Amino acid sequence: MFKIEKRPIPSGKWNWGAPVVAVLLTMVFGGALFAVLGVNPFLALEKIFYEPLFGEYAFYYRPQLMVKAAPLILIAIGLSLGFRAGIWNIGAEGQYIIGALCGAGLALALYPMELFILLPLMVIAGAIGGALWGLIPAVLKVRFGTNEILVSLMLVYVAEQLLASMALGLMKNPEGMGFPGSRNLQQYPSAHNAEIISGTGMHWGVVAALIAVIFAYIVLSRHMFGFSLRMSGMAPRAARFAGVNPTRMVLICMGISGGLAGMAGLFEIAGPAGQVSIDFNVGYGFTAIIVAFLGRLNPIGILLAGVLMALTYIGGEITQSQMGLPLAAIQVFQGMLLFFLLAMDLLTNYRFRPTAKEAA
Amino acid sequence: MGTPLLTLSGLTKAYPGVVANDDVSFDIQQGEVHALLGENGAGKSTLVKMIYGLVSPDSGKMTLNGAPFVPASPNAARAAGVAMVFQHFSLFDALSVAENVALGMDNPPPQGELATKIRTVSDAYGLPLDPHRTVGDLSAGERQRVEIIRCLLQDPKLLIMDEPTSVLTPQEVEILFKTLRKLSAEGTAILYISHKLEEIRSLCDNATILRLGKKVATCIPAQKTAAELAEMMVGTSLKPPKRAADVSSSEVALHVSGLNLPPAQAFGTSLRDITLTLHKGEVLGIGGVAGNGQDELLAALSGERLCAAEQVRLNGKPVGNLGPTARRRLGLLAAPEERLGHAAVPDMSLTENALLTGVTRQAFAKGGWINWAAAKGYAERIIHQFDVRTPGPHVAARALSGGNLQKFVIGREVLQAPHVLVVNQPTWGVDASAAAAIRQALLDLAAEGAAIVCISQDLDELMEISDRFAALNEGRLTQARPAAGLTIEEIGLMMGGAHGMEAAHV
Amino acid sequence: MDLSSINPVLLLASLMVAATPLLFAALGELIVERAGVLNLGVEGMMITGAVAGFIIAVESGSPALGFLCAAIAGALLSLLFALLTQVFLANQVASGLALTLFGLGLSALLGRDYVGIKPPSTPKLDLGMLADIPFVGRVLFTHDLMVYLALVLAIAIWFFLHRTRAGLILRAVGENHDAAHALGYKVVLIRFAAIAFGGACAGVGGAYLSLVRVPQWTEGMTAGIGWIALALVVFASWKPGRVILGAYLFGGVNVLQLNLQAAGAAIPVEYLAMSPYLVTILVLVIMSADRSRAPASLGRPFHASN
Repeated sequence: MFKIEKRPIPSGKWNWGAPVVAVLLTMVFGGALFAVLGVNPFLALEKIFYEPLFGEYAFYYRPQLMVKAAPLILIAIGLSLGFRAGIWNIGAEGQYIIGALCGAGLALALYPMELFILLPLMVIAGAIGGALWGLIPAVLKVRFGTNEILVSLMLVYVAEQLLASMALGLMKNPEGMGFPGSRNLQQYPSAHNAEIISGTGMHWGVVAALIAVIFAYIVLSRHMFGFSLRMSGMAPRAARFAGVNPTRMVLICMGISGGLAGMAGLFEIAGPAGQVSIDFNVGYGFTAIIVAFLGRLNPIGILLAGVLMALTYIGGEITQSQMGLPLAAIQVFQGMLLFFLLAMDLLTNYRFRPTAKEAA
Repeated sequence: MGTPLLTLSGLTKAYPGVVANDDVSFDIQQGEVHALLGENGAGKSTLVKMIYGLVSPDSGKMTLNGAPFVPASPNAARAAGVAMVFQHFSLFDALSVAENVALGMDNPPPQGELATKIRTVSDAYGLPLDPHRTVGDLSAGERQRVEIIRCLLQDPKLLIMDEPTSVLTPQEVEILFKTLRKLSAEGTAILYISHKLEEIRSLCDNATILRLGKKVATCIPAQKTAAELAEMMVGTSLKPPKRAADVSSSEVALHVSGLNLPPAQAFGTSLRDITLTLHKGEVLGIGGVAGNGQDELLAALSGERLCAAEQVRLNGKPVGNLGPTARRRLGLLAAPEERLGHAAVPDMSLTENALLTGVTRQAFAKGGWINWAAAKGYAERIIHQFDVRTPGPHVAARALSGGNLQKFVIGREVLQAPHVLVVNQPTWGVDASAAAAIRQALLDLAAEGAAIVCISQDLDELMEISDRFAALNEGRLTQARPAAGLTIEEIGLMMGGAHGMEAAHV
Repeated sequence: MDLSSINPVLLLASLMVAATPLLFAALGELIVERAGVLNLGVEGMMITGAVAGFIIAVESGSPALGFLCAAIAGALLSLLFALLTQVFLANQVASGLALTLFGLGLSALLGRDYVGIKPPSTPKLDLGMLADIPFVGRVLFTHDLMVYLALVLAIAIWFFLHRTRAGLILRAVGENHDAAHALGYKVVLIRFAAIAFGGACAGVGGAYLSLVRVPQWTEGMTAGIGWIALALVVFASWKPGRVILGAYLFGGVNVLQLNLQAAGAAIPVEYLAMSPYLVTILVLVIMSADRSRAPASLGRPFHASN
């Protein structure tokens, strides 16, 4: 028999070891799943984890990696701040949609005016839109004590309906010959979030994600705000004793995470996606939750985790087209990763000791 | 004497890094009141958990009525006739008295029948209880009655009581003792755990003394002086804290007037019309049974809960509407009772915990940017000056023992040179030498002119360090009276007397 | 808009059908939360139940077997959550989310060959004379067994919680797990059982969606009903009777908005479609003022330290 006991100090070694073990375990069990689905697991894993980075067509996949990782990282950074403070915004998908709608709406309203500050204005509009959408659950929480998890999630469904309404109504392309969807912003130079260096996948969203990582890292480790935030999550009562205002903390965290998600949505809609359409959102807001945990709510960890998760997306597309592996298998693979990570967390805070006999 | 009711021989239990019980042996006879005496951390809790089936010993044997006794669970222990009244953690606030009682029994009768039984037994032992009331609404003394009734309904042969008097006024203690004597006369053995020497001398037939997990002696407490017992318990003789000559001036440091606050959570206490005046250099002791508004009073003074500006005045300045940071800046500091999770963040390092309250007065942050080197230096200073036993400031707060963390928490506030310091239970769960060091630090701080509010449930402590004494009872604070010359009787009445309890119908 | 196309009898009858999946899922979660555990994976367990029940019913031709397997599938998935939170002591919020994400993926994977198929129909219960009562008979007595089973379950849960010793112990564990442990109750074991029960209920609720309510399998078909079930538990202040009320209220809103859509109401379809979610938020706001009824240990991790 083994006995689980709490470590006096969290293990630094396992803090970083746990995600690595979780990834390895996911590869083993994910591989087994692929085998059950009739796909060679070794080949599949190679196509997911190796091919996009170093394979023959890596020149094509690497920019894709950036394009997919950037929104994940940007959203996950925002979420991680809230998660650290014990504030559970799981409605990033909705904030992402609203941010995209606000930014794109601004551009579509001004079309076809060419304005060199249009894109920055759209970014601001997207961030404000996302932040306001995120502040709805925050205000309801501090004012009425509602659960922010449920409200932020309900607002995802509301946002999806709003998106549908916009794509089919107000923002529909008047020259689109009746097809749903807005004008393509990629063909509107002032509004297009184009690649900064052609062929690299590096658009302004990638830059924003990197800035967010660095900024979050510095604030968390060096600034009183980061300290207050960590305190609020670890021991809310102690935080209040220290002088942290919990109401303000909720509003700030939800505002920031909503703003970053909204920004990510804008970068996506003005760049890779191009137009407001019913299915423009692909679940980055939910995958970012996995990214945040996989990165241990640490900015640098999130950077790595975002790239890893983007890799599974691209690898998933490769295995689907080349090996016929269903896309849903990758979704299961991602879910598994989160499971193993949560389980491995035990090793950070607890240790196993063999016991001679049964103990209570 | 025939066969002892319970024998313990060579009981040993080790936890990582500490041997909680090392080869402990003693006997309890039928109808005997046996004291288990020891400091915090001496291993009393572990020992009774083994008897009650919550923990199994690494080695050693127990017998009950001559037969081997190996309880695998509390249910097994209860079935064998062992019952226990816990100090903490065994009542359910949202459930009724009858439901709480039923949960502690193995084969409870239907609720209606049980309610009648509860009334009968509680009246017989002078512990009146309404079976339909919600436990969360009861006072600390009444809650204890629920636990005792729960045990009595099972006709136990051995009743274990863990620090039962810490939640009672002196008058209530007297009534409890009458109940216990009646039980003992009826043949029930009682294992009475305490560190209060006078109580043990007046109540117990025999006493076993534990120190650092080992049995030091078994003796008849009535034949020893309190000082002798204390020395056996602590290992050395302790000096009472030194007091400087009375330095308190007539200058008012803190003035609270007409403070009312509703409870912050369900089953909390509201503060009612609190008025107090505190002078510079003075120690005001505030006694009272747990749950009578202690946490709420500290929160109102520290700034965690706000009130009208005029209701709290610091050096004449209204501060009632200011939060903790602003009050700290003005020199009003506090140290809450709960060390882990309130006074300190368990998973943060001592450096981070030093920053937690130190940042305001020590200027560890400029424009919000933290000077970690300065915070670490401060943590090291606290560790050094308050003799905190720890490998260094990088250690997480939860890795420290209760006494060491408490020294750190008190030290953190004392070293910031407060004008007014409010502490709640400063030596709760702390070993005697650490407690003495903490009390001395508070007195030294007062000698330098600071005013101190010491909220505590330990009356001996309050009598030792207070200049004036007041008591909290159901959220009300009594008029403060000079501590010198107060009798236990008077203190008890200030704390609410017997709270309507009556003696056992012997 | 042609309001006369809305038939009040059909509306009320379909309200009962619409409320049933919610009722199952919310009653299961109520037991889980009463035991002091917050399982946010209801959506994931529901959709897993939906796909498992659908596949088995299609393959075996028996809806009853489908419901049974949906319950088992939901329970199995929930045990994963139980293992994570009760043994590995993982954060309950994160683990619940993981369960939902995993369940959505797993169901999509399992169900990809079953899109567009019609399931065997679940027979209506023959209640004879009762169904012939005008209006009331059509509304109340023309349903399948599961509709009534959900109502019976609510009553059974009320009885269990308030009239049985096991129910008292379950509530005690949810109120104060340290005290329950000190009295010798097996906190982890009891919570495992509660979580599995919650999973089974969510699974049945999901299967009711795919086998009766819709009835077919589509990816992501639960569309937030699992989350609404979570909100319902808060709305009901953790009381089974009020879960019925809440489920019928939400069922009513949903059926009404669908009927309005069909009747060509002046309000755009999207705004009608978002109404159940907005109503959920509104109800949460109204009900959250009184948090005192929540089980005191809800969401707190338990580890017997010695």
